[in-house]
Amino acid sequence: MFEPILLKNVDVPGGHLLSTYEAGGGYQALVKVLREYTPDEVVELVKRSNLRGRGGAGFLTGMKWSFVPKQSSKPKYLCCNADEGEPGTFKDRILMERDPHQLIEGLAVSAYAIGAKTAYVYIRGEYVTAIRRLEQAIAEAHAKGYLGSRILGSDFNFTVHIHCGAGAYICGEETAMLESLEGRRAQPRLKPPFPAVAGLYASPTVINNVETLACVPHIVVRGSDWFRDIGPEKSPGPKLYCVSGQVRKPGLYELPMGIPLRELVDHAGGPPPGRRIKAVIPGGVSAPVIPEHGLDVGMDFDSLAAAGSMLGSAGVIVIDNSTCMVKVATRIIEFFHHESCGKCTPCREGLNWVVKILRRIEAGDGAPGDLEQLDMLCKGIFGNTFCALGDGAAMGLRAALKHFREEFVAHIEERRCPLH
Amino acid sequence: MTMREKIEEAAARYPDQRSAIMPALRIAQTEHGHLPGPVLEEVANILGVERIWVYELATFYTLFHTEPVGMFHLQLCDNVSCMLCRSEDLLRHLEEVLGIKKGETTPDRLFTLSTVECLGACEMAPVMQVGDDYHGDLDIARIDALLDRLRTEARQPTGADLALAAPPGDYRHV
Repeated sequence: MFEPILLKNVDVPGGHLLSTYEAGGGYQALVKVLREYTPDEVVELVKRSNLRGRGGAGFLTGMKWSFVPKQSSKPKYLCCNADEGEPGTFKDRILMERDPHQLIEGLAVSAYAIGAKTAYVYIRGEYVTAIRRLEQAIAEAHAKGYLGSRILGSDFNFTVHIHCGAGAYICGEETAMLESLEGRRAQPRLKPPFPAVAGLYASPTVINNVETLACVPHIVVRGSDWFRDIGPEKSPGPKLYCVSGQVRKPGLYELPMGIPLRELVDHAGGPPPGRRIKAVIPGGVSAPVIPEHGLDVGMDFDSLAAAGSMLGSAGVIVIDNSTCMVKVATRIIEFFHHESCGKCTPCREGLNWVVKILRRIEAGDGAPGDLEQLDMLCKGIFGNTFCALGDGAAMGLRAALKHFREEFVAHIEERRCPLH
Repeated sequence: MTMREKIEEAAARYPDQRSAIMPALRIAQTEHGHLPGPVLEEVANILGVERIWVYELATFYTLFHTEPVGMFHLQLCDNVSCMLCRSEDLLRHLEEVLGIKKGETTPDRLFTLSTVECLGACEMAPVMQVGDDYHGDLDIARIDALLDRLRTEARQPTGADLALAAPPGDYRHV
């Protein structure tokens, strides 16, 4: 029987308070690493766990940490990516609102491992409750000696600051986040150099997602074997799945990595009465849509990639048979078009054209050759942009065109939506 | 604390004053309701940074408003999860009962209506942010009840003319 770990406190009254967190064994991981582990040993422990980043890219966390130079004349920084702008995704909000100390302990242990004295939590500005709860938790942790100078009597000094975003999806891209933190418009940087070498203020910087950092204390307390024994060997661990859309019980579910998508949708109650599932977006709107017959895929990085989609942020959006896929695809591309930072031409201009064509098709004003034009635009955008925003848009549209092409064709031929 | 003191306190968190522009704009917007030119200049002066740096951030990020918004800013999410839960019906209803289109403010300056990209609360779709608060699992009845509550709240301070009851510095939250 799988035991929820990350969501252990979220339904507990006062789960956001230090007293609740401590009563459940909280901050024991920090005590343990400060007493028993060198920073390198913490990095090794996380490496052995095979923890992969939960923000979307799925890069190995321990390996990312090990890229930080051991000797640096500049201070090292830890940044927490709490921007969470991927449509369909809400896991980090719930973790921060309902169990913020889990994140703070994860930050402290991770900072100890990489040698950072300062962390910035970049949190989206809309999350006012999460911001307040996190501020309160940071103050509590300072008062109790879990943050600040000479933490728990050790030589480790560490402070956490909150930096509020102001409504730009691109800030979730790690180099754009650094630009934003430095007080500039959030536009991605050319890599290399990678942040581990030259990140915030050109200093060595590690950027991890909220859920990734929340996993770290549990790996310390329970061991890397415990973590690696959950789910597939190459992308193990407990996983938070956000389920929304046309499903009876939308919500946040903690289940093993690799659970079949169909089973996950069943956990969420399946489609509304009288409807059947048409398609599912498995990892936020950047992730290519999967038609109903493909739902037996495992919800992990490698299985979804092999199936032509991706785990992304695990923002699972369920679509039933009452919904027009042209409408869904149009709304997704409208989102990427709106959020394009404008830095590079394929994304800025290409998505503008894609949106115009899709809106035309949806309105019953499509023309022969439109779909070929969309195929060509996807080809021009994919792989030709600074960051993954353009790729996400192109991948999403390509999947919709591949799996539901007949719906697009019907819109153009019948000059209306066949469903409405 | 004055706005200057709040901004200086926020700026102390960073080794570079430029990083403090976003927190400073957030503080200034809470104080003034929106960010007109003179407020942007004041932020630049307090931080000792280039004015253009402040302007470029105020116009890039969607949560910063260089134009006034109503006492209650209704921000309805219409991204995919909310769309699948019929947020467009709610938008149509809001436009009808408020007598404005999205992007507009009611003549009494009580409500500004916007649609926004994902609010990160898809489990309670369709969802709308009003001030600091999220309102989820919305339907037309809940929208109507919410509007009634907000109107009542707006009448409470003095019962006087709203333009007087809500000066620029009084950015009300639900």
